[in-house]
Amino acid sequence: MWLTQLFNGLSVSSILLLIALGLSITFGLMKIINMAHGEFIMIGSYAAYVTQNVFKSALPKSAFDAYFPVAIVVSFAVAFAIGYLLEATLIRFLYGRPLDSLLATWGVGLVLQQVARSIFGAPNVAVTSPSWLDGGMRIMDGVVFPYKRLFIIGLVLVCLLAMYLYIYRSGPGRRMRAVMQNREMAACLGISTRRVDGMTFAIGSGIAGIAGCALSLIGAIGPTIGTNYIVDAFMVVVLGGVGKLVGTVAGALGIGMFNTLFEWWSTASLGKVFVFVLIVAFLQWRTMGLFAVKTRSLD
Amino acid sequence: MLQALTAPRTRKLWLLLGYAAAAAALFSAPLYLSDFRLNLLAKFLAFAIVALGLDLIWGYTGILSLGHGVFFGLGAYAMGMHLKLAAAGGRLPDFMDWSGVTKLPWFWAPFESFGVAVLLGILIPAALALFLGFFTFRNRIRGVYFTILTQALVIITVTLFIGQQAYTGGTNGLTGFTKLFGQGLKTDGMKTGLYLATVIVLIGAFVLCRYLVKSRFGKVLRAIRDGENRVRFLGFDPAMYQMAAFAISAALAGIAGMLFVLHVGIISPSMMAIVPSIEMILWVAIGGRGALVGAVIGAVALNYAKSSLSESYPEIWTFFLGGLFIVATVFLPGGIVGLAKQIGPLFRRKEAVHDQALNPVLRESNRSV
Repeated sequence: MWLTQLFNGLSVSSILLLIALGLSITFGLMKIINMAHGEFIMIGSYAAYVTQNVFKSALPKSAFDAYFPVAIVVSFAVAFAIGYLLEATLIRFLYGRPLDSLLATWGVGLVLQQVARSIFGAPNVAVTSPSWLDGGMRIMDGVVFPYKRLFIIGLVLVCLLAMYLYIYRSGPGRRMRAVMQNREMAACLGISTRRVDGMTFAIGSGIAGIAGCALSLIGAIGPTIGTNYIVDAFMVVVLGGVGKLVGTVAGALGIGMFNTLFEWWSTASLGKVFVFVLIVAFLQWRTMGLFAVKTRSLD
Repeated sequence: MLQALTAPRTRKLWLLLGYAAAAAALFSAPLYLSDFRLNLLAKFLAFAIVALGLDLIWGYTGILSLGHGVFFGLGAYAMGMHLKLAAAGGRLPDFMDWSGVTKLPWFWAPFESFGVAVLLGILIPAALALFLGFFTFRNRIRGVYFTILTQALVIITVTLFIGQQAYTGGTNGLTGFTKLFGQGLKTDGMKTGLYLATVIVLIGAFVLCRYLVKSRFGKVLRAIRDGENRVRFLGFDPAMYQMAAFAISAALAGIAGMLFVLHVGIISPSMMAIVPSIEMILWVAIGGRGALVGAVIGAVALNYAKSSLSESYPEIWTFFLGGLFIVATVFLPGGIVGLAKQIGPLFRRKEAVHDQALNPVLRESNRSV
């Protein structure tokens, strides 16, 4: 059914978007390729898992369904804190060296994965989703939209709105955009670029944490959960262009939709090849992606 | 004056002596290493060939490719297909039987011949690199954008090879090889012969890369790394040079892949996935980018560490690997070879150091990259 495929595409896109949001901002702002971003997804997932376990053991059964909203907040907070710490201890030494930042953060990702393996064990663990997300909305015969997926799409929309308000309608967001467009000039005008960098990286990581929490709804979680998504998320950033929210949204929709459609028309493996060829072909036409910030500089 | 003339010359002599000693040690290894160790060393030396190619593209041209696992894998599959056909002896390879394929696919047929298989194992990776390079470098897609695209290339190649199980052997890959040139693959004579062949290819690759980086071509590569736009303004076309370097680098990876299959006897998609591809980068980073010897040392040293650490303590190995990535990029931008350059001046006479500090050309040439 094409309606089901459309919905699946939207669902895939929404998760990609949530993951790519943080990437696009840190890349646009600091020219840092954060390969450990996938591990922040993992951190978010495990935060949800731990929250669930706490609710199970410490609170009465009737309160269990309320764990999920709490888990979202916890996931964000934990990923935010670890992201802030990582920026302060390692990332700030790597500014201006995007390729080195890629390698160093890959190393961080490996270490974080191994830490998760030591704490939670290598096998995947499952998070029981709250009962109010079971079942689905029946559109017509044979077409059912699961509540979980709908909830994730809603969650992504809320995050998107929050990010929009933060970036374009708040003081810190204005400072962030200033640093993104011209770091030296922004610093001259009294913006603490260090603080902006730290906050932005932490927020990007926090959103990845929320993505991880959302992923815990639709499957088991393991130490390598993030690596499955990270490359696709980077392709979103490349396709959408750096530094603009609308670019990331368009990139995520494009890749998520085309991926689902091609996989439906052909096989899963051939579908990925088609999407890759399309992206490379598209970049022939717009080298900097769909919505790049216009600039006269050569690089 | 006399001293100034002789100093570089003696240095060169020492360097030559060092190379000769290393070559002698490698060639005589079958005399003093057990079969098991010799096989391991042969594998490491095959990896060193990939590292040379990666150094050419990353250390000298400044392009980070996370896709060399694919080129390595394509070479390995080319050789694997030949060995599989040789093992099947005129019938269909076993996994095709299981998947219900009745006739040998057309693209398998050329691999019946060893010569054609070797040629394709070099040309296919080079052609794929040229193809990708043509559509990226010419449009000035570079830096991290290019790196991300190469990583996506890895993902799709791996999913493709797993998905097309009937033609590629799927997740299991190709294995169960028995013969090469009609001789048993597991015999001692064959193993020693393959080891020596690897040493010869490695030396050949080293000499080729050294010639390339010392030539005018290599100068342009380094110029592209340090300032692509300046090179363009000087009338060169950086894209042509980048494509050439990328293709040569991919061909070297393909050769390494072919040797790898001969030593290890299996190739599967997991060996060309993202993690092995990025580990290859670490060999160069640890050894020293922009130094060919560094690439070889890094590949052998890290793989030695991996085989001795990961078997007994797999957890520690992952921590170690992750830590190495961080240390190599933050503290050791020049790798092991660069470290020697970093601490070298501390032991020299004071004036010499002073001279160096004053002379901008010298300082520039010593700058770690």
